[in-house]
Amino acid sequence: MIVVEKLTKQFKGQNVLNGIDLTVAAGEVVAIIGPSGSGKTTFLRCLNFLEEPSSGRIKVGDIEIDGSRPLSQQQGLVRKLRQQVGFVFQNFNLFPHRTALENVIEGPLVVKKTPRALAEALGRRLLLKVGLAGKEDAYPRRLSGGQQQRVAIARALAMEPEVILFDEPTSALDPELVGEVLATIRSLAEEKRTMVIVTHEMSFARDVANRVIFFDKGVIVEQGDAKELFAHPKEERTQQFLSKFLNPGT
Amino acid sequence: MEAGLQLALDSAPFLLKGAYYTVILSLGGMFFGLLMGFGLALMRLSRFKLLSWTARVYVSFFRGTPLLVQLFVIYYGLPQLGIELDPLPAALIGFSLNMAAYACEILRAAISSIERGQWEAAASIGMTRAQTLRRAILPQAMRTALPPLGNSFISLVKDTALAATIQVPELFRQAQLITARTFEIFTMYLAAALIYWILASALAHLQNRLEARVNRHDQES
Repeated sequence: MIVVEKLTKQFKGQNVLNGIDLTVAAGEVVAIIGPSGSGKTTFLRCLNFLEEPSSGRIKVGDIEIDGSRPLSQQQGLVRKLRQQVGFVFQNFNLFPHRTALENVIEGPLVVKKTPRALAEALGRRLLLKVGLAGKEDAYPRRLSGGQQQRVAIARALAMEPEVILFDEPTSALDPELVGEVLATIRSLAEEKRTMVIVTHEMSFARDVANRVIFFDKGVIVEQGDAKELFAHPKEERTQQFLSKFLNPGT
Repeated sequence: MEAGLQLALDSAPFLLKGAYYTVILSLGGMFFGLLMGFGLALMRLSRFKLLSWTARVYVSFFRGTPLLVQLFVIYYGLPQLGIELDPLPAALIGFSLNMAAYACEILRAAISSIERGQWEAAASIGMTRAQTLRRAILPQAMRTALPPLGNSFISLVKDTALAATIQVPELFRQAQLITARTFEIFTMYLAAALIYWILASALAHLQNRLEARVNRHDQES
């Protein structure tokens, strides 16, 4: 479903990503963990070209983009890829001037030119799915962070993407609101949706992901079966990182 | 006093004809100024240096020189280059060019004030830059832009009096002509002032209604 080859990203002379190779199969849920500054968010943002890679290739479905060519020369292709790749932001980034329903149907309406009646039916269905039936006409600022993030997930789903990318989807939330968003993502995993999730929620990564990838200093240090990697990390850096989470305070 | 009132009534058709030109100049200046200002704002925000630099110089010139001088250059100056304009088009061009500079700065600032996440959210669902501007950025930027735009528009209504100096028979010019004939200086200029006030108030009222409209997602619902 996703094939990434030798992806690199330099920023102000720094190597942020050092030749990442990654294949994600259809229906697979991949969690990316790692210390802040490890490049994991940059990597995720490169996957739908919110960040411009320096070199490498990214293939999603049948759309392939050469990261070494300037994005400005292949914008049409990038837009096509983005329609296949949903993205959920840490800060939700809902459109504040649109209601929950309007946020969800914006993509189908404007990008896919879906007739409004169809788009609205789809939007209502998705809001119901993420547990927000009845909030269709609420503006984002009337919603809690957890509700906003679930609207954002519905907005991503509305494009019927092949893959959904999550960039620390619960990091901006109050602790008591984290659970509802994780539950929503978990239900998507149960539908066998292809997802890549950058997260600091270790137990969530262990329980929901099929595979966990540990990022550090712009490379994939270690990856493997989620439960296996958390139980028996092989690399020293992985062990160090996980020990901070599993034995906090030591 | 009674004579003054009678005079004001007798002069009303002339003043209203002047007010008609004032409205034409104001609306024209707003419309074309806003249109050009939007184009200039996009140039200013462009990553092509030549475009943004051109817009920057334009704004610097039209904000940095007196409107009166700009009108004189257009109406009295251009004929020397073989471009002769009637008073009304000359004034319209002058006010539009001038308003464009202010509108550019207001719109540029308002567009830049929208956080990057909004562009990214729109991009992530596959929207083009134009779609993003129209659907996501401008509706939000208008909230920021409306109050200063309203200010500039109200200034424009009052500045149209400068067109009197290039022979446009607008409100102030009509008042001057009547005054020269009747010597009722106080009455005529006060009447003209009142009409400017009414026009500016109508505009301010419109601005308030628009502001309430674009801010509606902020209200309790």
